[in-house]
Amino acid sequence: MSKEGVDVGKRRFLTTATAAVGGVGAAFVATPFVKSWLPSARARAAGAPVEVNIAALEEGALVSVTWRGKPVWVVRRTPEMLETLDEIAPELADPESKADQQPEYCRNKHRSIEPAVLVMVGICTHLGCSPKYRPEADGGQLSYSGFFCPCHGSKFDIAGRVYSGVPAPLNMVVPPHRYEGDSLIVVGEDPNQGGEEAA
Amino acid sequence: MASKFMNWVDARFPATQLWNEHIGQYYAPKNFNVWYYFGSLAMLVLANQLLTGIWLAMFYKPSAAEAFGSVAYIMRDVEWGWLIRYMHSTGASFFFIVVYLHMFRALLYGSYRKPRELLWIFGCLIFLALMAEAFMGYVLPWGNMSYWGAQVIISLFSAIPVVGEQLTTWIRGDFVIGDATLNRFFALHVVALPFVLVGLVIAHIMALHHVGSNNPDGIEIKANKNADGHPADGIPFHPYYTVKDLFGVGVFLILFCGVIFFAPEFGGFFLEPPNFTEANPSVTPEHIAPVWYFTPFYAILRAINFEVLGVPAKLLGVIAMFGAVLILFVLPWLDRSKVKSIRYKGPIFKGMLAIFVVAFITLGYIGTQAPSPLLTTIAQICTAVYFAFFLLMPFYSAIDRTKPVPERVTG
Repeated sequence: MSKEGVDVGKRRFLTTATAAVGGVGAAFVATPFVKSWLPSARARAAGAPVEVNIAALEEGALVSVTWRGKPVWVVRRTPEMLETLDEIAPELADPESKADQQPEYCRNKHRSIEPAVLVMVGICTHLGCSPKYRPEADGGQLSYSGFFCPCHGSKFDIAGRVYSGVPAPLNMVVPPHRYEGDSLIVVGEDPNQGGEEAA
Repeated sequence: MASKFMNWVDARFPATQLWNEHIGQYYAPKNFNVWYYFGSLAMLVLANQLLTGIWLAMFYKPSAAEAFGSVAYIMRDVEWGWLIRYMHSTGASFFFIVVYLHMFRALLYGSYRKPRELLWIFGCLIFLALMAEAFMGYVLPWGNMSYWGAQVIISLFSAIPVVGEQLTTWIRGDFVIGDATLNRFFALHVVALPFVLVGLVIAHIMALHHVGSNNPDGIEIKANKNADGHPADGIPFHPYYTVKDLFGVGVFLILFCGVIFFAPEFGGFFLEPPNFTEANPSVTPEHIAPVWYFTPFYAILRAINFEVLGVPAKLLGVIAMFGAVLILFVLPWLDRSKVKSIRYKGPIFKGMLAIFVVAFITLGYIGTQAPSPLLTTIAQICTAVYFAFFLLMPFYSAIDRTKPVPERVTG
């Protein structure tokens, strides 16, 4: 193509301007396609809080409910279980729960609001399997009561704190939850939250 | 009459030209051996997957409520549905068998070396797209291993700092793997990725036919041309290699049909036992393992259980696993040997290739097994060997003692 008599500077400006405007347009057009992959209104509604009544929950027992499709465990721990929380600390990766795997109001030794009642998402922090509850020490895998993940051998104590030297990097997640009265737990809402929550 | 018709077509569409460029007048080296069957066999399996896949899509229901049942419907109630489904599921495993052998051929004869770097990169992209295609396809039957396999693979992305959690929610389309995830994986598996795969295969073949095929001697046949301008050591693809490949197709189909008819689950390696029960978010299978073709990379993921310089083990494992695939892309620039083919390479390369193969197969085995301290240690050693093969190649390939390369291809 002959460039004789052509204002090359103008041509370059127009080419760049056209490409830039087209690029911005393409980015706008991409938005609905990318955003359509986010959870839909229906999925967000299905992620609403759930209530668990623990009045009948016996010591050492675990009850599992589903919140946002994940198993949420409520365990009423025995005094013996709570005693192990201190002795086990040297074997743990994050005994003081420094990582943000729990709401601030559960960043304590027992990782719960009521010391005896553990509320926890029953999913291993390695690759999302569901660990097995071991109420008793079982010698081979766990030297204290806790949780054992059969997928890749990760171990957690009875507060969901991860042992060091296992594949899982973090303590198990404590979901936001609050008490309504003595024995009704609302999973998915913080203590200062009433009724509605933006999911 | 026929030629008159072709003249009419050729004036409007380059049919004869395309035929000659890619088949009739495409001169390939005359010394291809058994390793050269796997390219055309990969095309055959791709055609099988497309055909059977289209038919399966006619009966399959991509919803969490109906998917598992619709696969059972295909297997039991649809006329010949069991055969079409087993052709597809067995085809997936055979696709990887063929592609792994095809890639190993390139390693043996230096087919990734200049001027075939882009040919190799297109091939690596095909491998990557194939892995994505196979992973999403495995989720569709909505068995329990589909579900938990997807859980493990998608949560790999949560290892990415800062955006990881949001990214996994975006991929799933829900706070958990569910109907939204299955539905989009169906769209990607059936529409988007097949387009990408076919496009990449066309690019792969165009690059091949532009630079010409390598051969077991690793020498350029275009350097020696006849009086008529064709490579002296080349023969037209048709009829010579079409006929040779047809023989390969015959042998391949005997093995392929044998598996389809007599062992379509292949002892749990092609279709895993937990996948015969429906997806259940609250029951994790005792041992989650991917299908055999992913196990070497899965073993690398699991082998990294230590942190380095503050990088957490999980992120490091994910980096190692993806790195093990991505390192293939730079192979053309890692090999500094004076020769291409293993026939003329020295003892260091042969030794490295041998222990690389042993390490890769060992990783593949470990990936199918439940974790144990001994296996993890072995997997760590094999992972080190895997990466050493590539990362040390610039050094050992440069100092290796090579043999002189002949002027013309040998037998």
